[in-house]
Amino acid sequence: MTAATTDAGSVLEVENLETVFHTSDGLVHAVNGVSFSLKPGELLGVVGESGSGKSVTMMSLLKLVAMPPAEIRHGTVRFGGRDLLDIDDDELRRVRGGEIGFIFQDPMTSLNPVFTVGYQLTEPLKVHKGLSRKAAEDRAVALLELVGIPSARERLKDYPHQFSGGMRQRVMIAIALACDPKVLIADEPTTALDVTIQAQILELIRELRQRLGMAIVWITHDLGVVAGIADRVAVMYGGAIVELAEVGALFDNPQHPYTRALLKTMPNLGVREKLYSIPGQPPHLSAPPASCPYAPRCAEAFGACMASNPALRVVGPGHSVACHWDPATGGPRDA
Amino acid sequence: MPDAGGLDVLLSAEGLTKHFPIYRGIIRRQVGTVKAVDGLSFDIRRGETLGLVGESGCGKSTVGRTVLRLYDLTSGTLTFDGQDIGAIGADRLRAIRPRFQMIFQDPQACLNPRMTVGSIIAEPLTEHTALSRPDRQRRVEELLDAVGMNPNFANRYPHEFSGGQRQRIGIARALALEPDFIVCDEPIAALDVSIQAQVVNLLEELQESLGLTYLFISHDLSMVRHIADRVAVMYLGKIVEIGPVDALYENPQHPYTQALLSAVPIPDPKVEATRKHIILKGDVPNPANPPKGCRFCTRCPVATARCHEEDPAPREIAPGHTAACHLIGQASSSAA
Repeated sequence: MTAATTDAGSVLEVENLETVFHTSDGLVHAVNGVSFSLKPGELLGVVGESGSGKSVTMMSLLKLVAMPPAEIRHGTVRFGGRDLLDIDDDELRRVRGGEIGFIFQDPMTSLNPVFTVGYQLTEPLKVHKGLSRKAAEDRAVALLELVGIPSARERLKDYPHQFSGGMRQRVMIAIALACDPKVLIADEPTTALDVTIQAQILELIRELRQRLGMAIVWITHDLGVVAGIADRVAVMYGGAIVELAEVGALFDNPQHPYTRALLKTMPNLGVREKLYSIPGQPPHLSAPPASCPYAPRCAEAFGACMASNPALRVVGPGHSVACHWDPATGGPRDA
Repeated sequence: MPDAGGLDVLLSAEGLTKHFPIYRGIIRRQVGTVKAVDGLSFDIRRGETLGLVGESGCGKSTVGRTVLRLYDLTSGTLTFDGQDIGAIGADRLRAIRPRFQMIFQDPQACLNPRMTVGSIIAEPLTEHTALSRPDRQRRVEELLDAVGMNPNFANRYPHEFSGGQRQRIGIARALALEPDFIVCDEPIAALDVSIQAQVVNLLEELQESLGLTYLFISHDLSMVRHIADRVAVMYLGKIVEIGPVDALYENPQHPYTQALLSAVPIPDPKVEATRKHIILKGDVPNPANPPKGCRFCTRCPVATARCHEEDPAPREIAPGHTAACHLIGQASSSAA
């Protein structure tokens, strides 16, 4: 076991994370008590609609949310024997981009347009690893080759705009991998890309996982992508995880009405029928949820759903769900 | 025309071409052309949905804008309901414009934030009809009702609505003049999955009740499979394959169509675990400088020497299903 592994055998353990935003319209409760853990080498898919709190959750882990307006009210993030929310800025800086790598959705806005790709790639190596310029450059070339960028040494001198969208995302991945992170957090890394390029990146990630063995959190709204690469899936709604399961169990035996509805809304390449649509709109999160946040849109909602917000509970091996309704009986879940 | 016999063709394009000049330097000399749309021929039949798919930059939006004459054609002919609209002047165009409309991708950007929903929807009515103010207002309420929104929302502003609702407002505006034909340019790309289904269902209901004809432009191949009757696949300004939706999805002929379909993730872990993906190498080439021969030859996994020399002509595989590839028909005789 490495130093970054906690007793429970997880590389990362998040408990009861709560983030709010102070806005001119009042508080927004973006993340409401999220808990999950990440095992070494596994890929956790996080799915949900925009505003469900997936990105804010992951950004909060490394305090990457701007504070203010954001405020992390609660929670612990266990990583490498310490609480990331509790350490000082210097130590946190060593974790960011060092032990935990981050890939963002839009590679154009997250790369700095006025610095060469080589500069941006060698910077974390010099800062985190203390490599000399020469050594950092060699490592940068190796990284670009690793992510499949041809004539890597020459391309170090190029600026981000000289790369295509897919190539830029490969550069982002190379930067995130630069310091051999134990955890890689990828926030919708393929959403801005075409399907053929997305397929290239997914293939690359599958290959890199086998070679480097890091744990990955993959945020996406595309259940198809999750089906292809994830080991486990967390479904988020209204700032909370509403279902957490192994990928097979989630697709075969979804428990939460929201997960079931999401799976039904996906048009299938094979069948052609009227699309199922979820009525209504996602919640506003202006108040901490007193009832189930999905209840107003839920076809199964009954009295208890309006009375209390269900907590995440275990319903099977590695499978938990936050819902009062039981799909097996079609009635309330017993306490 | 390939299949005019008996079928009611609403819009027909022959050799549709749209090139954009590239200017450089102080005297703005033309240094090249982007061949965004390069010699497309297709028909859209009355009441059907033609899906148009392809990667970003392949020219699908330019096709949508060109068939509505939002761009002037570089060459080719365009016929709408038997009338040549490819070369007619502004006056005659204005008279026919109410019959074709557009729904845009970004419902945030296509609605004027300073106008009320009512005046946004009424604007085409003011421009093109002589309806009195109360009649216009009645029509606005009718339209809001038709797209599943509360008619009392007419006095509100776009920012008060969610993405899905804004897209409904855009649809109501497109319907205001009772068009025959609507170009839907990525109408659901900016929406969340759960909202996409609502908007697609609405488009389908409206098509059925009003007899609309759609050109549905999208990069979402699963959604196109759902909504389209026929599908055209574009690559670098050309249609590489066109056919009935089931034939195209179940029996894709062009290597690009095959790769594109194989790249679509399927929301089923069991299928994904055993599925063999065709991974295309590299990116789409620059449309200002397309490769010689078949435009797909630089990324094609099965390209031969001939593909680098000669641009393949479209050939018919089955009635209404054509693809432009040298290897089609050869595969059986010589293992290509």
